[in-house]
Amino acid sequence: MSYPEKYKYAKSHEWLEIDGTTGTVGITDYAQSSLGDIVFVELPKVGQQVEAGSTFGSVESVKAVSDLYAPASGTVTEINEALNSAPETINTAANETWLIKLTLTGSDTSALLSAADYEKFVAEETGH
Amino acid sequence: MRYLPKSPADRTEMLDAIGVPSIESLFETIPAEYRLTEDLKIPRQHSESEVLDRFRAFAANIASGDPEELAKQPASKLFASFLGAGAYRHYRPVIIDSLVQRGEFLTSYTPYQPEIAQGTLQAMFEFQTMICELTGMEIANASMYDGSTGAAEAVMMAVRVTGRNAAVVARTVHPEYREVLHTATQHQGIPASEVGYDAATGRVDLAALDAAIGEDTACVLIQSPNFFGTIEDVAAIAKIAHAKGALLIVSIAEAVSLGIVKAPVEADIVSLEAQSFGVAVGYGGPYCGVIACKEKFLRQMPGRLVGETKDKNGKRGFVLTLSTREQHIRREKATSNICTNQALVALMTTIFLVVYGKQGLRELAEQNLAKAAYLRGVLKAAGASTKFEGTPSFHEFVVTSAETASALNERLLGKQIVGGLDLAKWYPELGESATLWCATELTTKAQMDAAADVVKARA
Repeated sequence: MSYPEKYKYAKSHEWLEIDGTTGTVGITDYAQSSLGDIVFVELPKVGQQVEAGSTFGSVESVKAVSDLYAPASGTVTEINEALNSAPETINTAANETWLIKLTLTGSDTSALLSAADYEKFVAEETGH
Repeated sequence: MRYLPKSPADRTEMLDAIGVPSIESLFETIPAEYRLTEDLKIPRQHSESEVLDRFRAFAANIASGDPEELAKQPASKLFASFLGAGAYRHYRPVIIDSLVQRGEFLTSYTPYQPEIAQGTLQAMFEFQTMICELTGMEIANASMYDGSTGAAEAVMMAVRVTGRNAAVVARTVHPEYREVLHTATQHQGIPASEVGYDAATGRVDLAALDAAIGEDTACVLIQSPNFFGTIEDVAAIAKIAHAKGALLIVSIAEAVSLGIVKAPVEADIVSLEAQSFGVAVGYGGPYCGVIACKEKFLRQMPGRLVGETKDKNGKRGFVLTLSTREQHIRREKATSNICTNQALVALMTTIFLVVYGKQGLRELAEQNLAKAAYLRGVLKAAGASTKFEGTPSFHEFVVTSAETASALNERLLGKQIVGGLDLAKWYPELGESATLWCATELTTKAQMDAAADVVKARA
């Protein structure tokens, strides 16, 4: 498992990369490994407003369908269309595979975790 | 498993353990006036042989649809039935019951550990494949409870697909299907408005339909052949619905019609009641619904699908797929509260379709069409009128006559004939004499002539 230090992490297992007012969202290496083989990703429409902590889509593996939670509020500017035909990319490269890009609307991201804190959080959650 | 009833001592011990003085006190939360204080007035128990005799006596005196049973009955006990309206009497090849009662199918009727029941999965896969071929849709699920719940599920599916929240329903859809739909949608914030029919053709009023569809309309639900037996102009209705961004759901209550009526390929979702394919009519069930649709709606489809795959040795195998969206896995976010299917009944329909085949189903449908044409002819010759004349129809049609429906049916019953369904309850505008008649391949010429004679006696 690797958690790049340039990202911020939500306890719901999404990562957020902030570049000015642009936010890029993906799911963590831990999330993809817990889900197992991912077969489908349901993403919002471009232009849709998402709110921090609310669902913006879902990711389906052979085991379950899980909701995706926005780590920050904003307007969706781009979705990763490549995932329609190759959702398994998330399993092979969770840290490099983004789901959506947002124009951040000044939401407070201080509750998000650093890479080190997220790693600690995962260790506590899994009990090892 | 041994069955050991509790002894009075066991009961006392259990009551003591939970600190309750008597079994009666467990019901104290129910107000006293709603609690029964006397014994139920039910007769004494009967022996097995008495019960069998009783039911054989009933069987000898009912309108049996089974020609083999009919053949055993004395002529004086025979009833002819002209009822249809969503429950259709068709011949059931004997191989159906022989096969579905095999333990391999019966005990795995709904597979909880699906992959070990490859035979059941293969049968469901073939069911889905044949439903697709019949309906012209790209995918079909492994079945729903029945046609009415299937139609309601299809509407909720259209709401999920479109992100719109209302439905427009044709009044020519089976009235009881509409009741089930309202039961399902009323607490989900899905308003369902109804659109009437053209008084001359008995088909959906296209201008009224066009006016009824708004920006929040997720779907239009029609039935074809509709409740009056006439065939809707599916292509024209699809055009109207699609122009306004709504999906078209076609409900089919008489599956045998697909042997001759063009498949509703213009629809987005088809909800089929498959009872006609080898499932007996019996007090309303069990029936077999199924939803088929375009592949792009796959992940919003309720229920489960069986998929084909390869095992680790590269051999063909089957799996239960897409149950990740079912309620037992995804709780409140499931696509539907259905988390089973009608596997055994779907198997009956699968065997029926295999026995009849493509050509056989067409011949069967042609026989139904011919019988209905004959019935229509003799009833008219006897002085009755038929409505929606000139509109394409399958094996049902609306009849009016000079006397009320109940008076005519009373006289028919006197001659061992169960007449058409009285429509006044649902369609009062058709008048007190309107009845819905159905003829299938099991309806004999003698029965139709006898019914016409009764009609003529009054006219």
